[in-house]
Amino acid sequence: MTTFPMRRQRPLDPPDEFGVLREQGSMHRMTYPDGHEGWLVTGYGAARAILADNRFSNRTELQHQAIPARAAIAEQFKAQMPDTNRQPGMFLRMDPPEHTRFRKLLTGQFTVRRMKGLEPRIAEITEERLDTMTAPADLVEDFALPIPSLVICELLGVPYEDRETFQRDSATLLSLDGDVGSLIAAYQDLAGYLYGLIAKKRAQPDEALLSGLLDLEDDELLGVAFLLLIAGHETTANMLGLGTFALLTNPAQLALMRDDPSAVDNGVEELLRYLTIIHAGPGRAALEDVEIDGHQIKAGETVTISLPSANRDPAHFEAPDRLDLTRSATGHLTFGHGIHQCLGQQLARIEMRIAFPALLRRFPGLRLACAPSEVPMRSDMAIYGVHRLPVTW
Amino acid sequence: MEIKADTDVCIGAGMCALTAPEVFDQSEEEGTVVVLVSPVPEGQEALVRRAVQQCPSGAISV
Repeated sequence: MTTFPMRRQRPLDPPDEFGVLREQGSMHRMTYPDGHEGWLVTGYGAARAILADNRFSNRTELQHQAIPARAAIAEQFKAQMPDTNRQPGMFLRMDPPEHTRFRKLLTGQFTVRRMKGLEPRIAEITEERLDTMTAPADLVEDFALPIPSLVICELLGVPYEDRETFQRDSATLLSLDGDVGSLIAAYQDLAGYLYGLIAKKRAQPDEALLSGLLDLEDDELLGVAFLLLIAGHETTANMLGLGTFALLTNPAQLALMRDDPSAVDNGVEELLRYLTIIHAGPGRAALEDVEIDGHQIKAGETVTISLPSANRDPAHFEAPDRLDLTRSATGHLTFGHGIHQCLGQQLARIEMRIAFPALLRRFPGLRLACAPSEVPMRSDMAIYGVHRLPVTW
Repeated sequence: MEIKADTDVCIGAGMCALTAPEVFDQSEEEGTVVVLVSPVPEGQEALVRRAVQQCPSGAISV
Protein backbone atom coordinates (compact mmCIF):
# COMPACT_ATOMS: atom_id res chain seq x y z
CA MET A 1 0.00 0.00 0.00
CA THR A 2 1.24 3.37 -0.96
CA THR A 3 1.12 6.72 0.83
CA PHE A 4 0.75 10.09 -0.90
CA PRO A 5 4.05 10.93 -2.71
CA MET A 6 5.23 14.47 -1.91
CA ARG A 7 9.01 14.53 -2.46
CA ARG A 8 10.01 15.84 -5.86
CA GLN A 9 13.29 14.86 -7.49
CA ARG A 10 13.20 17.87 -9.86
CA PRO A 11 11.43 21.16 -9.11
CA LEU A 12 9.27 21.24 -12.25
CA ASP A 13 8.25 17.57 -12.32
CA PRO A 14 5.85 15.72 -10.01
CA PRO A 15 7.47 13.09 -7.74
CA ASP A 16 8.83 10.18 -9.86
CA GLU A 17 6.77 7.77 -7.77
CA PHE A 18 3.64 8.89 -9.62
CA GLY A 19 5.10 7.74 -12.93
CA VAL A 20 6.00 4.35 -11.46
CA LEU A 21 2.48 3.94 -10.03
CA ARG A 22 0.80 5.11 -13.24
CA GLU A 23 2.58 2.37 -15.20
CA GLN A 24 0.93 -0.17 -12.88
CA GLY A 25 -2.55 1.29 -13.24
CA SER A 26 -4.73 4.36 -12.90
CA MET A 27 -5.89 3.72 -9.30
CA HIS A 28 -4.06 2.41 -6.25
CA ARG A 29 -5.01 1.48 -2.71
CA MET A 30 -3.57 4.13 -0.39
CA THR A 31 -3.16 4.26 3.39
CA TYR A 32 -4.08 7.65 4.85
CA PRO A 33 -2.21 9.09 7.86
CA ASP A 34 -5.21 8.27 10.12
CA GLY A 35 -5.18 4.63 8.98
CA HIS A 36 -8.06 4.92 6.50
CA GLU A 37 -7.64 2.70 3.46
CA GLY A 38 -8.71 4.67 0.41
CA TRP A 39 -7.44 5.34 -3.09
CA LEU A 40 -4.82 7.30 -4.97
CA VAL A 41 -5.72 8.22 -8.56
CA THR A 42 -2.78 8.69 -10.93
CA GLY A 43 -4.34 8.15 -14.38
CA TYR A 44 -5.97 10.81 -16.54
CA GLY A 45 -9.10 8.85 -17.46
CA ALA A 46 -9.95 7.79 -13.91
CA ALA A 47 -9.25 11.28 -12.54
CA ARG A 48 -11.55 12.89 -15.09
CA ALA A 49 -14.28 10.30 -14.53
CA ILE A 50 -14.29 10.73 -10.74
CA LEU A 51 -14.26 14.55 -10.90
CA ALA A 52 -17.30 14.47 -13.19
CA ASP A 53 -19.20 11.92 -11.08
CA ASN A 54 -21.62 13.34 -8.48
CA ARG A 55 -21.57 10.04 -6.57
CA PHE A 56 -18.33 11.46 -5.17
CA SER A 57 -18.72 14.21 -2.58
CA ASN A 58 -16.42 17.17 -2.01
CA ARG A 59 -17.59 17.72 1.58
CA THR A 60 -14.58 18.08 3.86
CA GLU A 61 -16.12 16.25 6.79
CA LEU A 62 -16.60 13.08 4.70
CA GLN A 63 -12.98 12.95 3.59
CA HIS A 64 -9.75 11.68 5.08
CA GLN A 65 -6.71 13.93 4.77
CA ALA A 66 -3.95 12.48 2.56
CA ILE A 67 -1.02 14.76 3.41
CA PRO A 68 0.68 13.55 6.62
CA ALA A 69 1.71 16.98 7.99
CA ARG A 70 -1.72 18.36 7.23
CA ALA A 71 -3.65 15.43 8.70
CA ALA A 72 -2.67 16.01 12.34
CA ILE A 73 -3.37 19.73 12.08
CA ALA A 74 -6.71 19.15 10.36
CA GLU A 75 -7.82 16.96 13.29
CA GLN A 76 -6.86 19.56 15.88
CA PHE A 77 -8.39 22.38 13.84
CA LYS A 78 -11.65 20.44 13.56
CA ALA A 79 -11.71 19.79 17.31
CA GLN A 80 -11.00 23.40 18.25
CA MET A 81 -13.07 25.10 15.54
CA PRO A 82 -16.14 22.85 15.12
CA ASP A 83 -18.15 25.65 13.46
CA THR A 84 -15.80 25.82 10.48
CA ASN A 85 -16.44 22.19 9.57
CA ARG A 86 -19.39 23.09 7.38
CA GLN A 87 -18.92 26.73 6.76
CA PRO A 88 -21.90 28.41 5.08
CA GLY A 89 -20.96 29.87 1.71
CA MET A 90 -17.83 27.75 1.24
CA PHE A 91 -19.46 26.30 -1.86
CA LEU A 92 -16.35 24.48 -3.07
CA ARG A 93 -16.99 22.10 -0.17
CA MET A 94 -20.68 21.54 -0.94
CA ASP A 95 -22.54 19.02 -3.07
CA PRO A 96 -25.65 19.77 -5.16
CA PRO A 97 -28.18 21.21 -4.62
CA GLU A 98 -26.52 23.46 -1.99
CA HIS A 99 -23.52 24.00 -4.25
CA THR A 100 -25.71 24.84 -7.23
CA ARG A 101 -27.36 27.76 -5.47
CA PHE A 102 -24.07 29.53 -4.77
CA ARG A 103 -22.40 28.64 -8.04
CA LYS A 104 -25.31 30.04 -10.06
CA LEU A 105 -25.13 33.29 -8.10
CA LEU A 106 -21.53 33.71 -9.19
CA THR A 107 -21.08 32.23 -12.66
CA GLY A 108 -22.59 35.27 -14.38
CA GLN A 109 -19.74 37.35 -12.92
CA PHE A 110 -16.98 35.18 -14.43
CA THR A 111 -18.11 34.55 -18.01
CA VAL A 112 -15.69 34.53 -20.93
CA ARG A 113 -17.20 37.79 -22.19
CA ARG A 114 -17.10 39.59 -18.87
CA MET A 115 -13.49 38.56 -18.29
CA LYS A 116 -12.56 39.77 -21.78
CA GLY A 117 -13.98 43.13 -20.74
CA LEU A 118 -11.34 43.29 -18.00
CA GLU A 119 -8.44 42.94 -20.46
CA PRO A 120 -7.65 46.68 -20.79
CA ARG A 121 -7.58 47.15 -17.02
CA ILE A 122 -5.44 44.03 -16.46
CA ALA A 123 -3.01 45.22 -19.16
CA GLU A 124 -2.83 48.61 -17.43
CA ILE A 125 -2.17 47.02 -14.03
CA THR A 126 0.55 44.86 -15.60
CA GLU A 127 2.29 47.81 -17.26
CA GLU A 128 2.17 49.79 -14.01
CA ARG A 129 3.87 46.93 -12.17
CA LEU A 130 6.53 46.63 -14.87
CA ASP A 131 7.19 50.40 -14.64
CA THR A 132 8.03 50.10 -10.94
CA MET A 133 10.44 47.14 -11.26
CA THR A 134 14.19 47.61 -10.88
CA ALA A 135 16.89 44.94 -11.23
CA PRO A 136 17.58 42.78 -9.33
CA ALA A 137 14.07 41.87 -8.25
CA ASP A 138 12.03 39.17 -6.59
CA LEU A 139 9.56 38.40 -9.35
CA VAL A 140 7.03 37.01 -6.88
CA GLU A 141 6.88 40.10 -4.70
CA ASP A 142 7.14 42.65 -7.51
CA PHE A 143 5.05 41.03 -10.25
CA ALA A 144 3.48 37.60 -9.77
CA LEU A 145 1.66 38.35 -6.50
CA PRO A 146 0.60 42.00 -6.99
CA ILE A 147 -1.07 41.57 -10.40
CA PRO A 148 -3.70 38.96 -9.45
CA SER A 149 -4.10 40.57 -6.02
CA LEU A 150 -4.88 43.96 -7.57
CA VAL A 151 -7.26 42.37 -10.07
CA ILE A 152 -9.23 40.32 -7.54
CA CYS A 153 -9.38 43.28 -5.14
CA GLU A 154 -10.96 45.47 -7.81
CA LEU A 155 -13.31 42.71 -8.90
CA LEU A 156 -14.54 41.87 -5.39
CA GLY A 157 -14.37 45.37 -3.95
CA VAL A 158 -11.61 44.67 -1.42
CA PRO A 159 -9.30 47.66 -0.74
CA TYR A 160 -5.81 46.79 -2.03
CA GLU A 161 -4.30 48.69 0.92
CA ASP A 162 -5.52 45.77 3.06
CA ARG A 163 -3.47 43.23 1.11
CA GLU A 164 -0.97 42.59 3.88
CA THR A 165 -3.72 41.03 6.01
CA PHE A 166 -5.17 38.73 3.39
CA GLN A 167 -1.88 37.80 1.74
CA ARG A 168 -0.33 36.87 5.08
CA ASP A 169 -3.39 34.96 6.28
CA SER A 170 -3.78 33.12 2.96
CA ALA A 171 -0.15 32.05 3.10
CA THR A 172 -0.65 30.62 6.60
CA LEU A 173 -3.90 28.86 5.69
CA LEU A 174 -2.33 27.24 2.62
CA SER A 175 0.76 26.03 4.45
CA LEU A 176 0.95 22.24 4.69
CA ASP A 177 3.13 22.09 7.78
CA GLY A 178 2.19 25.08 9.95
CA ASP A 179 1.00 24.58 13.54
CA VAL A 180 -2.65 24.61 14.50
CA GLY A 181 -2.32 27.76 16.62
CA SER A 182 -1.18 29.92 13.71
CA LEU A 183 -3.76 28.32 11.43
CA ILE A 184 -6.59 29.26 13.79
CA ALA A 185 -5.16 32.74 14.31
CA ALA A 186 -4.97 33.31 10.53
CA TYR A 187 -8.49 32.00 10.04
CA GLN A 188 -9.91 34.25 12.75
CA ASP A 189 -7.95 37.25 11.55
CA LEU A 190 -9.15 36.90 7.96
CA ALA A 191 -12.73 36.13 9.01
CA GLY A 192 -12.72 39.20 11.29
CA TYR A 193 -11.38 41.35 8.48
CA LEU A 194 -14.00 40.09 6.02
CA TYR A 195 -16.89 40.48 8.48
CA GLY A 196 -15.80 44.10 8.89
CA LEU A 197 -15.67 44.53 5.13
CA ILE A 198 -19.15 42.99 4.72
CA ALA A 199 -20.53 45.44 7.30
CA LYS A 200 -19.01 48.30 5.30
CA LYS A 201 -20.60 47.02 2.08
CA ARG A 202 -24.00 46.79 3.79
CA ALA A 203 -23.65 50.40 4.97
CA GLN A 204 -22.26 51.64 1.66
CA PRO A 205 -22.61 49.26 -1.28
CA ASP A 206 -20.37 49.77 -4.32
CA GLU A 207 -20.42 48.41 -7.88
CA ALA A 208 -18.09 45.48 -7.17
CA LEU A 209 -18.95 41.79 -6.79
CA LEU A 210 -19.36 41.44 -3.00
CA SER A 211 -21.89 44.27 -2.87
CA GLY A 212 -23.92 42.37 -5.45
CA LEU A 213 -24.28 39.47 -3.00
CA LEU A 214 -25.77 41.34 -0.04
CA ASP A 215 -28.92 39.20 -0.21
CA LEU A 216 -26.84 36.42 1.39
CA GLU A 217 -26.52 36.02 5.16
CA ASP A 218 -23.28 37.40 6.64
CA ASP A 219 -21.96 33.88 7.33
CA GLU A 220 -22.64 32.82 3.75
CA LEU A 221 -21.07 35.92 2.29
CA LEU A 222 -18.04 35.35 4.50
CA GLY A 223 -17.57 31.86 3.03
CA VAL A 224 -17.89 33.15 -0.53
CA ALA A 225 -15.51 36.06 0.08
CA PHE A 226 -12.98 33.80 1.81
CA LEU A 227 -12.94 31.41 -1.10
CA LEU A 228 -12.86 33.98 -3.90
CA LEU A 229 -10.21 36.13 -2.27
CA ILE A 230 -7.79 33.28 -1.56
CA ALA A 231 -8.44 31.34 -4.76
CA GLY A 232 -8.42 34.58 -6.74
CA HIS A 233 -4.89 35.63 -5.97
CA GLU A 234 -2.83 32.66 -4.74
CA THR A 235 -3.43 30.48 -7.78
CA THR A 236 -2.59 32.89 -10.59
CA ALA A 237 0.25 34.37 -8.53
CA ASN A 238 1.87 30.96 -8.31
CA MET A 239 1.30 30.21 -11.99
CA LEU A 240 3.02 33.50 -12.89
CA GLY A 241 5.96 32.83 -10.57
CA LEU A 242 6.42 29.15 -11.40
CA GLY A 243 5.62 29.71 -15.07
CA THR A 244 8.36 32.33 -15.37
CA PHE A 245 10.80 29.95 -13.66
CA ALA A 246 9.83 27.20 -16.13
CA LEU A 247 10.29 29.53 -19.10
CA LEU A 248 13.65 30.84 -17.84
CA THR A 249 14.93 27.28 -17.66
CA ASN A 250 13.50 26.44 -21.13
CA PRO A 251 14.85 29.31 -23.28
CA ALA A 252 13.35 28.09 -26.58
CA GLN A 253 9.88 28.02 -25.02
CA LEU A 254 10.48 31.44 -23.45
CA ALA A 255 11.34 32.85 -26.89
CA LEU A 256 8.06 31.48 -28.28
CA MET A 257 6.01 33.10 -25.51
CA ARG A 258 7.86 36.40 -25.99
CA ASP A 259 8.08 36.62 -29.78
CA ASP A 260 5.08 34.76 -31.19
CA PRO A 261 1.70 36.26 -30.24
CA SER A 262 -0.05 33.27 -31.83
CA ALA A 263 1.71 30.94 -29.36
CA VAL A 264 0.48 32.71 -26.24
CA ASP A 265 -3.02 31.27 -25.68
CA ASN A 266 -1.97 27.70 -26.27
CA GLY A 267 1.29 28.28 -24.43
CA VAL A 268 -0.62 29.31 -21.31
CA GLU A 269 -2.66 26.07 -21.47
CA GLU A 270 0.55 24.07 -21.76
CA LEU A 271 2.10 25.85 -18.77
CA LEU A 272 -1.10 25.09 -16.84
CA ARG A 273 -0.82 21.40 -17.78
CA TYR A 274 2.91 21.06 -17.27
CA LEU A 275 3.04 22.83 -13.91
CA THR A 276 -0.32 21.78 -12.35
CA ILE A 277 0.09 23.83 -9.18
CA ILE A 278 -2.75 22.11 -7.26
CA HIS A 279 -0.45 19.27 -6.26
CA ALA A 280 -1.88 17.97 -2.97
CA GLY A 281 -5.33 16.68 -3.89
CA PRO A 282 -8.21 17.24 -4.54
CA GLY A 283 -9.97 14.54 -2.59
CA ARG A 284 -13.47 13.13 -2.92
CA ALA A 285 -15.54 10.76 -0.76
CA ALA A 286 -17.64 8.03 -2.37
CA LEU A 287 -21.30 8.45 -1.36
CA GLU A 288 -22.15 4.96 -2.65
CA ASP A 289 -20.32 1.95 -4.11
CA VAL A 290 -18.86 2.99 -7.47
CA GLU A 291 -16.85 1.12 -10.09
CA ILE A 292 -14.14 3.13 -11.86
CA ASP A 293 -11.71 1.56 -14.34
CA GLY A 294 -12.52 -1.91 -12.99
CA HIS A 295 -11.89 -0.92 -9.37
CA GLN A 296 -14.62 -1.24 -6.74
CA ILE A 297 -14.72 1.88 -4.57
CA LYS A 298 -16.86 1.37 -1.48
CA ALA A 299 -19.20 3.99 -0.02
CA GLY A 300 -17.33 6.10 2.54
CA GLU A 301 -13.89 5.60 1.01
CA THR A 302 -11.80 8.65 0.22
CA VAL A 303 -10.11 9.00 -3.16
CA THR A 304 -7.24 11.43 -3.61
CA ILE A 305 -6.62 12.57 -7.16
CA SER A 306 -3.17 13.65 -8.26
CA LEU A 307 -3.82 16.30 -10.91
CA PRO A 308 -0.08 16.63 -11.72
CA SER A 309 0.06 12.88 -12.37
CA ALA A 310 -3.11 12.90 -14.50
CA ASN A 311 -1.72 15.78 -16.56
CA ARG A 312 1.49 13.80 -17.20
CA ASP A 313 -0.32 10.63 -18.25
CA PRO A 314 1.29 9.44 -21.52
CA ALA A 315 -2.00 7.71 -22.39
CA HIS A 316 -3.48 11.19 -22.92
CA PHE A 317 -0.56 13.56 -23.61
CA GLU A 318 2.30 12.54 -25.89
CA ALA A 319 5.76 12.93 -24.31
CA PRO A 320 4.05 14.51 -21.28
CA ASP A 321 7.24 15.44 -19.44
CA ARG A 322 8.27 17.84 -22.19
CA LEU A 323 7.23 21.50 -21.93
CA ASP A 324 6.07 22.30 -25.46
CA LEU A 325 4.08 25.49 -25.92
CA THR A 326 2.98 24.38 -29.39
CA ARG A 327 1.34 21.08 -28.38
CA SER A 328 -2.38 20.75 -27.78
CA ALA A 329 -2.82 20.77 -24.01
CA THR A 330 -6.59 20.67 -24.46
CA GLY A 331 -8.34 18.65 -21.80
CA HIS A 332 -5.80 19.26 -19.03
CA LEU A 333 -7.29 18.91 -15.56
CA THR A 334 -5.48 21.81 -13.90
CA PHE A 335 -8.73 23.69 -13.26
CA GLY A 336 -10.40 20.42 -12.23
CA HIS A 337 -13.39 18.91 -14.00
CA GLY A 338 -17.06 18.41 -13.14
CA ILE A 339 -19.27 20.78 -11.20
CA HIS A 340 -16.43 22.23 -9.10
CA GLN A 341 -14.26 23.17 -12.06
CA CYS A 342 -12.56 26.48 -11.30
CA LEU A 343 -15.00 29.37 -11.30
CA GLY A 344 -12.26 31.92 -12.03
CA GLN A 345 -10.49 30.01 -14.81
CA GLN A 346 -11.37 32.53 -17.54
CA LEU A 347 -9.97 35.33 -15.39
CA ALA A 348 -6.80 33.32 -14.71
CA ARG A 349 -6.34 32.67 -18.44
CA ILE A 350 -6.64 36.35 -19.32
CA GLU A 351 -4.26 37.42 -16.55
CA MET A 352 -1.63 34.96 -17.75
CA ARG A 353 -2.14 35.70 -21.45
CA ILE A 354 -1.41 39.35 -20.69
CA ALA A 355 1.24 39.06 -17.99
CA PHE A 356 3.71 36.50 -19.42
CA PRO A 357 4.32 38.18 -22.79
CA ALA A 358 4.27 41.68 -21.24
CA LEU A 359 7.00 40.69 -18.77
CA LEU A 360 9.18 38.98 -21.35
CA ARG A 361 8.86 41.82 -23.88
CA ARG A 362 9.61 44.53 -21.33
CA PHE A 363 12.76 42.71 -20.14
CA PRO A 364 14.09 40.68 -23.09
CA GLY A 365 17.24 39.96 -21.08
CA LEU A 366 15.32 38.54 -18.11
CA ARG A 367 17.33 35.83 -16.35
CA LEU A 368 17.62 34.10 -12.99
CA ALA A 369 19.78 35.91 -10.45
CA CYS A 370 20.67 32.62 -8.75
CA ALA A 371 21.24 29.00 -9.70
CA PRO A 372 18.00 27.16 -10.55
CA SER A 373 18.69 24.80 -7.64
CA GLU A 374 18.67 27.75 -5.23
CA VAL A 375 15.11 28.84 -6.08
CA PRO A 376 13.00 28.07 -2.98
CA MET A 377 10.13 25.82 -4.05
CA ARG A 378 6.69 25.72 -2.40
CA SER A 379 6.76 22.01 -1.60
CA ASP A 380 5.35 22.91 1.81
CA MET A 381 2.26 24.67 0.44
CA ALA A 382 -1.11 23.43 -0.83
CA ILE A 383 -0.51 25.43 -4.00
CA TYR A 384 2.85 24.70 -5.60
CA GLY A 385 5.11 27.41 -6.96
CA VAL A 386 8.17 29.40 -5.96
CA HIS A 387 8.44 31.25 -2.65
CA ARG A 388 10.77 33.76 -4.31
CA LEU A 389 12.19 34.12 -7.80
CA PRO A 390 15.36 36.24 -7.85
CA VAL A 391 15.69 37.73 -11.35
CA THR A 392 17.71 40.38 -13.12
CA TRP A 393 17.92 41.75 -16.69
CA MET B 1 -25.45 18.55 -36.43
CA GLU B 2 -27.95 19.76 -33.81
CA ILE B 3 -26.85 20.95 -30.35
CA LYS B 4 -28.65 20.08 -27.14
CA ALA B 5 -27.90 22.26 -24.11
CA ASP B 6 -29.15 21.84 -20.54
CA THR B 7 -28.87 25.04 -18.50
CA ASP B 8 -29.88 23.21 -15.31
CA VAL B 9 -26.81 20.99 -15.57
CA CYS B 10 -24.53 23.81 -16.80
CA ILE B 11 -22.15 25.26 -14.19
CA GLY B 12 -21.01 28.23 -16.29
CA ALA B 13 -17.35 27.28 -16.59
CA GLY B 14 -17.31 28.86 -20.05
CA MET B 15 -15.34 26.14 -21.84
CA CYS B 16 -17.82 26.10 -24.74
CA ALA B 17 -17.76 29.88 -25.21
CA LEU B 18 -13.96 29.78 -25.04
CA THR B 19 -13.61 26.89 -27.49
CA ALA B 20 -16.32 27.72 -30.07
CA PRO B 21 -17.27 31.38 -29.55
CA GLU B 22 -19.20 31.55 -32.81
CA VAL B 23 -21.59 28.87 -31.63
CA PHE B 24 -21.77 29.26 -27.83
CA ASP B 25 -22.16 32.18 -25.49
CA GLN B 26 -23.04 32.52 -21.79
CA SER B 27 -26.13 34.23 -20.39
CA GLU B 28 -25.58 37.62 -18.78
CA GLU B 29 -27.30 36.74 -15.51
CA GLU B 30 -26.31 33.15 -14.65
CA GLY B 31 -23.43 32.59 -17.05
CA THR B 32 -25.02 29.39 -18.32
CA VAL B 33 -24.76 28.13 -21.89
CA VAL B 34 -26.51 29.92 -24.74
CA VAL B 35 -26.51 28.24 -28.16
CA LEU B 36 -26.13 31.01 -30.73
CA VAL B 37 -26.72 28.88 -33.80
CA SER B 38 -28.00 25.35 -34.35
CA PRO B 39 -27.62 23.31 -36.52
CA VAL B 40 -23.87 23.86 -36.37
CA PRO B 41 -22.58 25.93 -39.34
CA GLU B 42 -20.19 24.30 -41.76
CA GLY B 43 -16.57 24.42 -40.62
CA GLN B 44 -17.50 24.66 -36.93
CA GLU B 45 -18.18 20.95 -36.34
CA ALA B 46 -14.73 20.09 -35.02
CA LEU B 47 -14.72 23.02 -32.58
CA VAL B 48 -18.20 22.13 -31.35
CA ARG B 49 -17.17 18.51 -30.80
CA ARG B 50 -14.18 19.73 -28.83
CA ALA B 51 -16.43 22.02 -26.78
CA VAL B 52 -18.70 19.07 -25.96
CA GLN B 53 -15.67 17.01 -24.94
CA GLN B 54 -14.36 19.90 -22.78
CA CYS B 55 -17.62 20.68 -20.97
CA PRO B 56 -16.99 19.88 -17.29
CA SER B 57 -20.63 19.22 -16.40
CA GLY B 58 -21.86 17.38 -19.51
CA ALA B 59 -24.40 20.13 -20.23
CA ILE B 60 -24.00 20.11 -24.02
CA SER B 61 -24.26 17.33 -26.57
CA VAL B 62 -24.61 16.93 -30.34
